[in-house]
Amino acid sequence: MVKALFIVAGLLLPVLGWAAADDNTYPNDEISIDWDDKVAMQRGARTFVNYCMSCHSAAYSRFNRVGKDLGISDEMVRENLIFTTDYNGHKTKVGELMKTTMTDEYAEQAFGTVPPDLSLIARSRGVNWIYNYLRGFYVDESRDGLGMNNGVFEDVGMPHVLVELQGYQVPKMKTRTDSNGKEHEVIVGFEIIKPGTMTKSEYDQTVHDLVAFLDYLAEPYKQTRRNVGTGVIIFLFVFLILTYLLKKEYWKDIH
Amino acid sequence: MTEKNSSNGLMGWIDARFPATKMWEEHLSKYYAPKNFNFWYFFGSLALLILVIQIVTGIFLTMHYKPDGDLAFTSVEYIMRDVDWGWLIRYLHSTGASAFFIVVYLHMFRGVMYGSYQKPRELIWLFGMFIFLALMAEAFMGYLLPWGQMSYWGAQVIISLFGAIPVIGDELTLWIRGDFVISDATLNRFFALHVIAVPLVLLLLVVMHILALHEVGSNNPEGIEIKKFKDENGIPLDGIPFHPYYSVKDMVGVVVFLILFSVVVFFMPEMGGYFLEHANFVPANQFKTPEHIAPVWYFTPFYAILRAIPDKLLGVIAMFGSIVMLFLLPWIDRGKVKSIRYRSTSFKWLLAMLVVSFVGLGYLGALPLSDTRTFFARVYSIGYFGFFIGLWWISKNENTKPVPERIQ
Amino acid sequence: MSSDDVDNNRRRFLTAATVVVGAVGTGAVAIPFVKSWNPSARAKSAGAPVEANISKLEPGQQIIFKWQGKPVWVVRRDEEILAMLKNSKLTDSLRDVNSDESIQPEYTKNAYRSIKPEYLVMVGICTHLGCSPSYRPEITADFYGGFFCPCHGSKFDFAGRVYSGVPAPTNLTVPPHYFISDDVILIGEDGVA
Repeated sequence: MVKALFIVAGLLLPVLGWAAADDNTYPNDEISIDWDDKVAMQRGARTFVNYCMSCHSAAYSRFNRVGKDLGISDEMVRENLIFTTDYNGHKTKVGELMKTTMTDEYAEQAFGTVPPDLSLIARSRGVNWIYNYLRGFYVDESRDGLGMNNGVFEDVGMPHVLVELQGYQVPKMKTRTDSNGKEHEVIVGFEIIKPGTMTKSEYDQTVHDLVAFLDYLAEPYKQTRRNVGTGVIIFLFVFLILTYLLKKEYWKDIH
Repeated sequence: MTEKNSSNGLMGWIDARFPATKMWEEHLSKYYAPKNFNFWYFFGSLALLILVIQIVTGIFLTMHYKPDGDLAFTSVEYIMRDVDWGWLIRYLHSTGASAFFIVVYLHMFRGVMYGSYQKPRELIWLFGMFIFLALMAEAFMGYLLPWGQMSYWGAQVIISLFGAIPVIGDELTLWIRGDFVISDATLNRFFALHVIAVPLVLLLLVVMHILALHEVGSNNPEGIEIKKFKDENGIPLDGIPFHPYYSVKDMVGVVVFLILFSVVVFFMPEMGGYFLEHANFVPANQFKTPEHIAPVWYFTPFYAILRAIPDKLLGVIAMFGSIVMLFLLPWIDRGKVKSIRYRSTSFKWLLAMLVVSFVGLGYLGALPLSDTRTFFARVYSIGYFGFFIGLWWISKNENTKPVPERIQ
Repeated sequence: MSSDDVDNNRRRFLTAATVVVGAVGTGAVAIPFVKSWNPSARAKSAGAPVEANISKLEPGQQIIFKWQGKPVWVVRRDEEILAMLKNSKLTDSLRDVNSDESIQPEYTKNAYRSIKPEYLVMVGICTHLGCSPSYRPEITADFYGGFFCPCHGSKFDFAGRVYSGVPAPTNLTVPPHYFISDDVILIGEDGVA
């Protein structure tokens, strides 16, 4: 009888599966991150502190933790990843939080909003979104001051910080009719009009590595978590066998 | 003559001063439970286990968490990153909350399937329903504590529902919040209630729930009263002592549960954004509403009913009404046959309708509105309430099968 | 039914095995909770070594720095004080002249209890019950200068050595430290040997 219940339930549910969200953003790729590739994450960390940390903080993360997890010594972290000092001119210590020095007031004035902290961005936006966002900037003269827009995050207030690497690109548009019969202009591709210092595949790789680092940054203990979990579940299976045998033994009494 | 205590040694000393052996026998080694408990009978002990898990992990979280609007979100990340094993304690607590509701919903379903709410177990059912209410309050307040976007805005939406109550609505919401909007004041009081007040209430209710159960004796999948046939010692013929038989069987259930629980905790704690919602990884911002506010999955069935009704007050009434129906179940069901195994085909169809409606409502409650979805939410709401109306109707002169006297 | 004996033995064995494995599991579960009480990364970072700039320190003066939440004194001693530290009238009234009982790094287990005789580096917490003694550089008839703890009257000399007959049991603790330069001491870390 219970089976019948579930069959009926299962039959009715797919009806609701329709009307999924339309995705008119471009690019629209999926990224795969290999958590064992620490070198990619190291490159990403380098890109992050050099390009992103002038405006964005990673205020829940500590420098020495990043070093320890990615296989970078405290010395190398101090030399290559820390550019800030305290009020006495002493370099920010390796055990400190990764904060930006841009004040909120300055950010409000310069950008109209405070650039969000990026420690958890990979968990709130997702790695695919970030990967596409960072490759989705294109030239848009109509935007005062920025001169750029973004195919993933329309009218974003962030400048294209990596433009010197990627170069300038313009969108290729196409007219599409949606399910309601309305016509929209959508981006279907990009064309580089002024190259940067990297080729497309080099730039994609750089962004990939940065996103890999951000994925790590959002949950640094992910691998530990999985490793401990494997041990726990193996133990529990062994324990299950024991408890099951014990149960069976006692229940011989009952008929 | 039955000896209710030991006269020798340490136990003798204790028993002369405290009913230790008496309690052990009354509730465990000489509590006679029906011998035919099946899969559906694991969920009570699992619920108790999860309660313990939540209390222990909760206490340890409180050692590092800061209930202050400016510090809360950061303190959670501090736990996740800087506190040794803090991430594990956090995931155990967040997964435990969802596990609690899965187990409790299945536990309640068992009650509906086997008529465990029928006489003489109405009070057990009522205590259980109060536990369910307390659990929902506990979960709701606990969810505000991480102070993420979903925490903030989810609380904002639900608390503003109280504004729908005529005359006192606005005063009431102001009083609940302690401020004109959800703020630090709200956070602090929810923290106090979540950590101390409601857990104490929950523990008390659980004790009463179990005492009421032991007073009357457990139901079983056949819906037979085992106390009807006892041997010369007064022991039910179809009963077996809870300890060792069910302690040993429940251990297996516990281990299976822990395996499933560990898979989630260690390999998918976010559960695709259902256990830990994506928007909650962004600190609460009272000037920026997220695109899509949804309650956590275990509230979605009731939320869907709320949204299905176009009027604010009527929606609130319908939402609370859906839970009131459950309270009234022992009196709505006028039948005398307890178990689905011996009830009519109509009952089985009604139960199927309840399940499909509840699950359907839950699914829809998590999604943004659309015309199609609102239509189906209304259909499923009718299905949900229809179960109670239908049950009341058919149970008076139900076409039941003859119930056996003894468990085969 | 087969003989009860066999059943009981199997039951005893299985019960014991389950209890033991269960206890191991429970113990393993307890470990993360116990460890969560260890100093967190934040506490460890706040407890990191501290740079102490002593360029402005005059002879006879004391500066107080903070390291791991504790006061650390740096006192600049002059010739007179250093000579007095070896005076037998003083050393006779000390409980532990050779610092055998107290806590200090190997490189400060000497007559001056310091790396450079001129500079005393010491944790400013009385070894009795934890109050912070005051700096008393004046020399009187029965006190050869040093530190005096107001809580229960313990006395320490200019090298932090405790007088006999006072409640404090040991000399004041010297933290690990080294001179990064003539003007800067790093408190909290041993220097390279």
